[in-house]
Amino acid sequence: MTAARTVLTIAALTLREAFRRRVVIALVALTVVLLVLSGWGFSRLAAEQGTDTLTSGQARLTASIMLNLVMFGFSLIAALGTAFLAGPTLSGETESGIALAVLARPIRRPAFLLGKWLGLVAFGSGFIILAGLAQCIVVRLAVDYWPPQPSVALAHLAAQTIVLLTLAVLLSTAVSPMASGVVAVGLFGATWIAGVVGAIGRSLDNEAVARVGSISRMILPTDGLWRGAMHAFQDASAVVEFGGGSEGEAFPFLSAAPLTTTYLLWAAVWVLMIWALAASSFVRKDL
Amino acid sequence: MTAADTTAAGKPVADLPPAPALWCSGLRKRYGRQQAVADVSLEVQRGDVVGLLGPNGAGKTTVIKMLLGLVRPDAGDAMLLGRPASDPSTRVRVGYLPELFRYQPWLSAAEVLALHVRLSGVDVSERDRREKLALVGLAERAGDRVGGFSKGMQQRLGLAVALVAGPELVILDEPTSALDPVGRVDVRDIVLALKANGVAVLLNSHLIGEVERVCDRVVILDRGRVAASGTLAELLGARELRMHLTDVSPDAEARLAATGAVEREGEWFTVALPVHDDGTAVPDLVRDLVALGARVHAVEPARISLEERLLGILRAGEVERGNQ
Repeated sequence: MTAARTVLTIAALTLREAFRRRVVIALVALTVVLLVLSGWGFSRLAAEQGTDTLTSGQARLTASIMLNLVMFGFSLIAALGTAFLAGPTLSGETESGIALAVLARPIRRPAFLLGKWLGLVAFGSGFIILAGLAQCIVVRLAVDYWPPQPSVALAHLAAQTIVLLTLAVLLSTAVSPMASGVVAVGLFGATWIAGVVGAIGRSLDNEAVARVGSISRMILPTDGLWRGAMHAFQDASAVVEFGGGSEGEAFPFLSAAPLTTTYLLWAAVWVLMIWALAASSFVRKDL
Repeated sequence: MTAADTTAAGKPVADLPPAPALWCSGLRKRYGRQQAVADVSLEVQRGDVVGLLGPNGAGKTTVIKMLLGLVRPDAGDAMLLGRPASDPSTRVRVGYLPELFRYQPWLSAAEVLALHVRLSGVDVSERDRREKLALVGLAERAGDRVGGFSKGMQQRLGLAVALVAGPELVILDEPTSALDPVGRVDVRDIVLALKANGVAVLLNSHLIGEVERVCDRVVILDRGRVAASGTLAELLGARELRMHLTDVSPDAEARLAATGAVEREGEWFTVALPVHDDGTAVPDLVRDLVALGARVHAVEPARISLEERLLGILRAGEVERGNQ
């Protein structure tokens, strides 16, 4: 009972911090800019090329690629936002001394950590779901394209954000706030590039290169989840329209196949493991 | 077992004095190659104010953090209010002002107090919370963001945070480091008020005068060990007597030495008086010295200040280490 109260109090405090520190305002401003720009881009595309010059399959392919491209922008904003919020809110507080008075209260450290994590999860996935949904609506209005599985896609994006912020939380229990943000975002980028490299390897039937993507996706499931999200955003015919399996696979803004249940389970287990590591590191930390 | 038996069995327990507000034994902590705390045992009785003194790096703050579960001790046991300090729920009735006092800059002073009340799980009315802010002189700033507070105001807020959840034990780590002289007097009054209400206080302070004024007992730490501890009277050896004497025979010298430790500078003798003196030590000594043929020119009472005593203990420790 007391642990639940601690978790909820700290989660609410973390959300309040995100609002009071103007993180929300910054994110909303960025999102609006991206929405307006993409809305303009999509409408120009529709106006200039017109439906008569493109087949309906090509139009849906273009819309799918553009949507995935803009969504990548949003997932990057969410990744940067939560990774750089996780650093200050955890290791920043222990560094500055704010955590001393709080953790001297009758609370257990795992409950405190869970509260912080839940606050960040609510913030990060709340942002990505709302921004992603707004983007889908903008695309619908501009070029009349609606993704086949928007809720699956947004859930994958939220999961990707959760994976990255869990990693940022683990890092912030061990290193300085700035380093934890930099390392988390760096790993996120590296995994994405490894995923693209792996896809090129697969399209060239090069086993060794293809394995780079598979292994990086196991080590940090952000890119895997991102590919699952893309697959649910893009039109079912997009990969075929692009030129078949191997070429579509190599292109970074299309995804050839949905995620398997096993992979989704692995992502969940990964989050649990990293969280447990973060908790055990935080419990042992001398403040 | 009958009800009467149960009552009889329960009675001796109920009659026992309450456990000390704070007790620890054999606390040790090493950071890498640095032994921060080597062996610290101390006790704070309910309603007592105990001062923790010592030079920088003596391990005072580390001891406090180990008591509060903020630092994991390598060895040793600690109890707060009769329960093991390792259990967080022990700290429900413990208030703490850290040496590094920082509070969420994006919250207002009133919100910081509300947060700490919620985390401690104790019911504290809005009125009581406002009273605590008024007590530390922040009544007018309750709604202002902490980010705009001066260091002194943040330390005052920290004091309100330490007091807000009705503590039975308050641990103050350098509570006046950022305060002006008026603020220091306020803190002293607050500590004395806590004592009057039966709240135990562990006070870590560099300001020896402050400790001397409010503390019942003092623990002096040096290089992670307890160098000395006791009541102020015990530590200060009560008083000294400075005497200007001539014609001092060996018998008279022996009589001086029998009273206490003697230091001689020419014709001036400084004699430590016994701790428990019923007021006869000085007149008896003067009478005996005159009877032994000494000529007494002056007799002056002298008091060792806590500062002198502290420096004496720390220097003695240095000499001892030098000899080793």
